[in-house]
Amino acid sequence: MDDKKRLTSYLLRLGDNALILGQRLVELVAKGPELEEELANANFALDYLGQARLFYSYAGELEGQGRGEDDFAFLREEGEFRNFLLVEQPNGHFGDTIVRQVLFDAWYLLLLEQLADCGDVRLAEIAARAQKEIRYHLRHCSQWLVRLGDGTEESRERVQASLERLWRYTGELFADDELDRFVRERLGGPDPGEIERCWQARVAAVLEEATLSMPPAQWMASGGRSGRHTEHFGYLVAEMQYMQRAYPGLSW
Amino acid sequence: MIPDNKPDRAARDRIWAWLADIPDPEIPVISIVDLGIVRGVSETDGGVEIRLAPTYSGCPATEVIERTVVDTLRHKGLGDVTIRRVLSPPWSTDWISADGREKLRKYGIAPPAGSASKSELLGPLRDIACPRCDSRSTRLVSEFGSTPCKASYKCDDCLEPFEYFKCI
Repeated sequence: MDDKKRLTSYLLRLGDNALILGQRLVELVAKGPELEEELANANFALDYLGQARLFYSYAGELEGQGRGEDDFAFLREEGEFRNFLLVEQPNGHFGDTIVRQVLFDAWYLLLLEQLADCGDVRLAEIAARAQKEIRYHLRHCSQWLVRLGDGTEESRERVQASLERLWRYTGELFADDELDRFVRERLGGPDPGEIERCWQARVAAVLEEATLSMPPAQWMASGGRSGRHTEHFGYLVAEMQYMQRAYPGLSW
Repeated sequence: MIPDNKPDRAARDRIWAWLADIPDPEIPVISIVDLGIVRGVSETDGGVEIRLAPTYSGCPATEVIERTVVDTLRHKGLGDVTIRRVLSPPWSTDWISADGREKLRKYGIAPPAGSASKSELLGPLRDIACPRCDSRSTRLVSEFGSTPCKASYKCDDCLEPFEYFKCI
């Protein structure tokens, strides 16, 4: 694989994480627990979708086959998406949504901070823009995690259960494969080991304030990076792509 | 035509004045120049290039603003008008002019307080003055409002809700 192909694939991973998580949050529109949270989730989704557009547009240009953001989002099959399994997990109840958000955004912010200094100018620019938005996500969701954890007995029990359910998807965030090595060695990009250490520390601090226990070391699920998704993914993709598949070439 | 680096100041100032008449589509009392979105103007073969900084990654107004800039300048007879999106350095509320901040406040939106530094974004919330009665007895209702750039507040003195333009 040449460098352009590697960078394109790396960008698609980032775009896919943003798109799929954005899509999950869009499902909460008109279904949020209260109006302010609905606005918050809609705003987060908009941030992710904007970032997905930036990653996809760049990937399309590098690929040079005439594919653009819409082709990547609406015309790829499930196996072609390379997002983490964590972001495709269902919204569940509010605690599940918040835990998923904190676990992912804590990683994403660390990644973006390092990518903002990398050797690819355009990728660095996108990361610099995005990290400011993700800081707001993390602040908002961490505060909710603390309220839910250090809340009533029921809220703590429920959100601890969310943590136990989602923890097995966190290992995948720190996997180090050929694309990560390429970005690190050729572009001065992030070091997954260092990101993992910082992530552990930040998550531990929030969990402590939330009076929640960090789940023990355990078997970690993986497969997102090779396009092997969980049973939830097919439904998400079907709903997301339905209009474009039913009316090919449809545009607003 | 009229590049930034040539001494034809009157012509350059004219373009900037036209751009200063283009309002933000969401907050029409403030212009795209007040917001710090316009990063530069330069000459191209047969026209001008306008460099614009998008505010948020997902801001839905970005394309509307670009189209409006093209339409406005073409209407003024400037020939070929191209837009270049400048992502670096990333747009910051620090770039909003003092005039722009005052216009926001008069419109009923509390302007960004403090700077857009990292410590500010992760630190404790500041006291925001109510844009109507200037009281500092205000409280955050939600970090997010009608648009991604604004938060929802309420004033405990005059009891009116208002929006706050967040630092970023």
